[in-house]
Amino acid sequence: MTLLGHLSLWLALLVGLWGAVTGFAGGLQGRADLQQSARRAVFAMFAALALATICLEIAIFRHDFNVAYVAARTSRNLPTFYLWSALYSGQEGSLLFWATVLSLFAALAQLLTGARHRAYLPFVAAVTCLVATFFVTVMLFAANPFARLAFTPADGSGMNPQLQNPGMVFHPPMLYLGYISITIPFAFAIAALLSKKLDVDWLVAIRKWTLVSWLFLSIGLLIGMWWAYVELGWGGYWAWDPVENAALLPWLVMTAFLHSVMIQEKRGMLKKWNLALVLGAWLLSIFGTFLTRSGVIASVHSFTQSPVGYFFLAFILIAGVATAVLYAIRLPLLEADATLESMVSREASFLFNNLLFIGIAFSVLWGTLYPILSEWVQGTKVTVGPPFFNLVNIPLGLLLLALTGIGPLIAWRRASLPNLRRQFAVPAATGVFVLLILLVAGMRDLGPLMAISLGGFVMGTVTQEFARGASARHRQYGEPLALAAVRLVARNRRRYGGYIVHTGMVLLFVAFAGMAFKTETQATLRPGESATLRSPYGHMYTFTHLGISQYDALNRRVTAALVDVSLDGKPMGRLKTEKRQHVDALGRNTFEPSTEVGIRSGLREDLYVVLGGLVNGTEQAVYRFTINPLVWWVWFGGYVLVAGGLIVLWPGGGPPAVRRMQAGYAVKLESK
Amino acid sequence: MMERWNDGKLECERREFLGIAFLGIVSLFPTFQPSNAFQDSLAGSGPAGRVPDPASAGRALDPTTAADTDAAYQAIEKQLKCSCGCGLDIYTCRTTDFNCTYSPGLHRQVVALAAEGKTAQQIIDAFIAEYGQQVLMAPPKRGFNLVGYLLPSVAVLVAAGFLIRTLRRWTRVAAAEAGAVPASGAHADASPAELERLRRELERHRG
Repeated sequence: MTLLGHLSLWLALLVGLWGAVTGFAGGLQGRADLQQSARRAVFAMFAALALATICLEIAIFRHDFNVAYVAARTSRNLPTFYLWSALYSGQEGSLLFWATVLSLFAALAQLLTGARHRAYLPFVAAVTCLVATFFVTVMLFAANPFARLAFTPADGSGMNPQLQNPGMVFHPPMLYLGYISITIPFAFAIAALLSKKLDVDWLVAIRKWTLVSWLFLSIGLLIGMWWAYVELGWGGYWAWDPVENAALLPWLVMTAFLHSVMIQEKRGMLKKWNLALVLGAWLLSIFGTFLTRSGVIASVHSFTQSPVGYFFLAFILIAGVATAVLYAIRLPLLEADATLESMVSREASFLFNNLLFIGIAFSVLWGTLYPILSEWVQGTKVTVGPPFFNLVNIPLGLLLLALTGIGPLIAWRRASLPNLRRQFAVPAATGVFVLLILLVAGMRDLGPLMAISLGGFVMGTVTQEFARGASARHRQYGEPLALAAVRLVARNRRRYGGYIVHTGMVLLFVAFAGMAFKTETQATLRPGESATLRSPYGHMYTFTHLGISQYDALNRRVTAALVDVSLDGKPMGRLKTEKRQHVDALGRNTFEPSTEVGIRSGLREDLYVVLGGLVNGTEQAVYRFTINPLVWWVWFGGYVLVAGGLIVLWPGGGPPAVRRMQAGYAVKLESK
Repeated sequence: MMERWNDGKLECERREFLGIAFLGIVSLFPTFQPSNAFQDSLAGSGPAGRVPDPASAGRALDPTTAADTDAAYQAIEKQLKCSCGCGLDIYTCRTTDFNCTYSPGLHRQVVALAAEGKTAQQIIDAFIAEYGQQVLMAPPKRGFNLVGYLLPSVAVLVAAGFLIRTLRRWTRVAAAEAGAVPASGAHADASPAELERLRRELERHRG
């Protein structure tokens, strides 16, 4: 099977090259036969890569340890659930996964794009084939998933215990899907540049793709945060690790694009900017992959150092230069159809919103690369950790939160003073009210104070928008208010789905602010002994060590510690935290013992208990007890954000394309 | 009739014999551990019992000391990076899963330096002298590093200035175009109050 997989990769390489050549030639020369050939090459490439993926999965499930990748990532006693995720748990397999999903998306783009946008498809086929071919090239020449060993080990090395978590089964594919799907908008952008069809049409063609990409990136980031929180044991969900940053960068740029594209659709402005954002988001996604796989920056996520990094570096440089040149050549064709009428308008607020998104993206990129720059300039290695990123990004993040509330309150084109007064009164009052409550409650930390009161302001805006919309429907159609609110969302999914996304962001910001009040202690307890910890709300938690038990489970030896928890003397239940020594099918230890955290999650705070270890092999245990306020709201905010994104993405809800085109023509007529 | 192999008198009571036989059979099972093989723990008193397989429970630890939870040491350790490659600070690393073999040593070094009477800054300086500047979780705010800290904010401010200038230019162009084009339709005849009313109505319909 591995031979078949290997041959499939070679086939994919040849077909991909053919698709790229015929796609570009067919598109530029307008030859239908070449265009058709490029389209078929996309499907053929997908078939070849899907076959290669199936071959690797079969090797994994058959425990074919003669295949180096299977021997390095799995073992006979690895649960079936994780045999699936073994496909993308290592360098070679994840490259194959990436190329296969890209070819799937490329095929879907060919199938799902409407007749109106057919002119772009040959170029889209060419670009997607070219990118997928690059990944296949890397596999064939630097990281072959089908490479064989000179001998066959009795069992594999097993999967890293930290990857044996449900979060790790879903986090990488979600993030990859987000990264990979950016290639489709990028391909359409290149197609628009090459075909000189740079009006609003290509934006309509990529609208769903950009949303899909943003949604997958969001879900991937959120699951990654959850995994870090429940699995790594340090008690947080974001550490500004270079690879986390690399995933955040395209998300920030895509979010900026989702806002600014509305200005182009409604007013025919910002053509250059929107195009640059799409091109930039894709380049950043490849840059993120380069960071993850090159080992150029120390990160806990990094794959081992390998020549793969050089391939990616060369690819980024070539793709970056080619894209920049093409963009520069077409700049004269990207003049705006209309101009800004007032500084106080929705358009202007979106521009400032974009400035902040890109500003944060720049500061994250800058901080991530600064260690390299410092070594070049100063000859000194430095570490850029959370203190740097928090200092630089928190003020920008708070400004962005403020704009989230301000933007929807300002009218398109021009806002008058009475209009502003009417719009801002309720949200501003809500923000001030929340601020006063917090001050009275004794909160004095500036960051959390600002985050939560600005959150109040944004929620005031969102509530006002919903209330006004629903009451307008209630007055006009006599619908009950609840039904009116539901129909309001259903009829204008983009706008109100967007407000739901804003609500999710507010919840996330408030939850982030909560971590400023994290408290923790460390204790060594014999069975029956207790430790106490005061929560930020003033309650006293008592943790009583009940004892240690050891047992075998699936592919590990478990040392479990049981802790009894009470709040102000009232029993709350028991928490279990574990040390796990993973073993292979022959009973040999495979990795260092890992830790499973005991978590009790509540609306107010999370109890987070870590078994550090045992004293002299006895039941006397070392614990870390942590109270993490408001963490539950990170996950809930994530659900709300994703729900809002799905509402925006859901098909139907009126013909937006037609409305946008009408708006575009209206702008053109007016500007003449 | 069967002959007795002894005088018919057992050296122990029947109950004792059965008990010993039962224990003998049960002890053949590998999972069974005689109760006196290790001492069971007593709530809050006496030594804790040994676990059957201490090696699978991770690194053997020493009991927590006052220095381990001292807020002053934690504040120092949160500024210093662990050298194990995890990217975390010393405090977070040594309390994450307690497996790291570097961070406990670095923690002891902090405690030892403090015991010598050194201040927090002197301890940090001693670490920089020994491990280099990269031991800090963030670069010191001086020299070229100031560029590192200030550039993102300065870039955003410069970009904001540029954006405001561009927006002003655009609005001036729009105003000039509006002045050059003969007023048509509603704009010519409508008063500001009427325009505002129109805008409100349009907004309501958009909802």
